[in-house]
Amino acid sequence: MSEIQLVNAPAGVEGSGFFATSLDKAVGLARSHSLWPLPFATSCCGIEFMATMGANYDIARFGSERPSFSPRQADLLMVMGTIAKKMGPVLRQVYLQMAEPRWVMAVGACASSGGIFDTYSVMQGIDEVIPVDVYVPGCPPRPEAIIDGLMRVQQLVRGESLRRRGSDEYRELMAKYGIQ
Amino acid sequence: MGVITNQGILDKLNAQFPDAIQDVSEPKGLLTFATGREKLPEIIRFLKEDASLAFRFLTDLTGVHYPDRELPLGVVYHLQSMALNRRLRIKAFLPLNDPRIETLTNLFPGANWMERETYDFFGIIFEGHPDLRRILNMDDMVAFPMRKEFPLEDPNRRDKNDDFFGR
Repeated sequence: MSEIQLVNAPAGVEGSGFFATSLDKAVGLARSHSLWPLPFATSCCGIEFMATMGANYDIARFGSERPSFSPRQADLLMVMGTIAKKMGPVLRQVYLQMAEPRWVMAVGACASSGGIFDTYSVMQGIDEVIPVDVYVPGCPPRPEAIIDGLMRVQQLVRGESLRRRGSDEYRELMAKYGIQ
Repeated sequence: MGVITNQGILDKLNAQFPDAIQDVSEPKGLLTFATGREKLPEIIRFLKEDASLAFRFLTDLTGVHYPDRELPLGVVYHLQSMALNRRLRIKAFLPLNDPRIETLTNLFPGANWMERETYDFFGIIFEGHPDLRRILNMDDMVAFPMRKEFPLEDPNRRDKNDDFFGR
């Protein structure tokens, strides 16, 4: 037997030569193991992310093999670093250009809350302009923390119902940010 | 071109502009003096165009704010003479309710962005500037954040107490 751990199959009905499960679970499994991240790296957290992409931590193990700088093909927006108020509209535009389903991860203290920069020029957390799914604490977070954040996003993606993006709650959330 | 001392530069200026130069000091050998906004453009033009001085490089132009003074807002000019290998610093102070001073863009094209930055952060208006608008902050900002009355941090925040930051 090899050392490689395989992903567990989702709950379902198994028989000889067939396996039946719900479409939600199959799609969630596929999506969660091919998250294409869009790194929006502005500062030190971005350097930490580069270490995460390197051979030691190897974010590609999670199916995040292709950091995409093309928003339309990306699923996961990773905001890493201080977002100045002047950068806010740019970040929002990148988010709007991403196709559904999309997830957002705020990496580090600055992206989550403005961090130590409690000043006139820095946005106090990116959730002022776009909805955020996972916050990664740390200043800067170690690669392990970024990987942990990614795995939490994977959990969310795996458990997400196919109808969530059409639900009233989701529409309400988007309306709160003035999207659509 | 012989060696000229700071005193020599001052003598030249005093001969040209009697009673225009105050508060002369030399911290770390850098000749520093203050003047009024009326005389300042002429003084800088003279320093730039006088062949024996030739202060033809504007190193920096920025603002300063001393709230307790009678003339709280200041503009600080740093000039360098490549020929003399000498620098000097000129300050001009302005009243808070009328912070206007003549632009230097016609003397030094490089002053354009420096003056925009000084306007952006201190609200000092440079008259005759070709395009005086904010350069670093957001266009819709109304405050001048480098003035002392601008609060450094939002005092109403509960999530960023000093104890979280070891201060």
